[in-house]
Amino acid sequence: MNYSAWHIWAIILGLGAGTYLLRLSFLGLIGDRPLPAWVLRHLRYTAVAVMPGLITPLILFPQATGGAMDPVRLGAALATIGISLWTRNVTLTIFGGAAVLFALHFALI
Amino acid sequence: MTHTRSEFRAGTLAGLPFILVIAPFGAVFGVVATEAGLDVAQVMGFSFLVIAGAAQFVALQMMVENAPVLIVLAASLAVNLRMAMYSAALAPHLGRLSFARRALVAYVLVDQTFAAASLRYEQTPPRTATQKMAFFLGVSAPVVPVWYVATWAGAVLGSAVPPGLPIDFAVPITFLALIVPMLRSAAHVVAALVSIIGVLVFAFMPYNTGLLVAALLAMIAGAETERRMAAR
Repeated sequence: MNYSAWHIWAIILGLGAGTYLLRLSFLGLIGDRPLPAWVLRHLRYTAVAVMPGLITPLILFPQATGGAMDPVRLGAALATIGISLWTRNVTLTIFGGAAVLFALHFALI
Repeated sequence: MTHTRSEFRAGTLAGLPFILVIAPFGAVFGVVATEAGLDVAQVMGFSFLVIAGAAQFVALQMMVENAPVLIVLAASLAVNLRMAMYSAALAPHLGRLSFARRALVAYVLVDQTFAAASLRYEQTPPRTATQKMAFFLGVSAPVVPVWYVATWAGAVLGSAVPPGLPIDFAVPITFLALIVPMLRSAAHVVAALVSIIGVLVFAFMPYNTGLLVAALLAMIAGAETERRMAAR
């Protein structure tokens, strides 16, 4: 890394300020002004529209294996979905999924 | 008042399992950033001011490659553009709060707090904006301090995590646990499928921008499915 301390702090402050403005953006600007129904209808799907796409590459092509599909991670993902449908409890699902992940890791080592 | 307090407590309970993810993720950032040549103050600067693991790793990776400062900023901010989508989705719930309170919520708006709050607001919605804020801040109460401490521990103590353990996968597991319960209507399922297919189709786009295109298409698909089902 060939940066001066000044450059490094410029990156930290720039990324911090930019990220904060993105987080504040709509929350800060819109406030309690009513939004049209069609906008609200789209916003209802934000979480299910972003999160699956965010994790799909992590499940199919994990960086830790250099992007190769991995039976341990794939198996743990499927088990996590199964546990979620079965228990309908977020905390149990997280611990169950982690347990399956490590069980498969040590079983297939 | 008691409702506000119980929402905060419910949020904290919902946030506790995230420690499983946040602690190793923060520690790994601390270790990697220190090894890359940042001092402890700079590592903590990232964790206090940015609080966004994925973007911090992107910035670090590009800094190791000595990319120009503006390119580092553009690439890592692109990874965080989804925060604006989260911000828009929260506005109808939290918009009535004072500006100072919205500014506080914005500081702790991360994937985990957003996902947990979205699930709560859909399933057992708190009645007032103050109660919704209490839940949101409750989730952040274990998440954000653990992020600071784990980053610091990684930077100062180095890695205690044995190499080869699949801890990277704690992230997808916690998000799966939050997403599956959200798939309670055909429209939600359609949105999730479009998101998955979209991110694979647009994987060629640089700096994670494919995710944003996929997410926009998925929101449109979900909203359109809802509209058609209602019209029937």
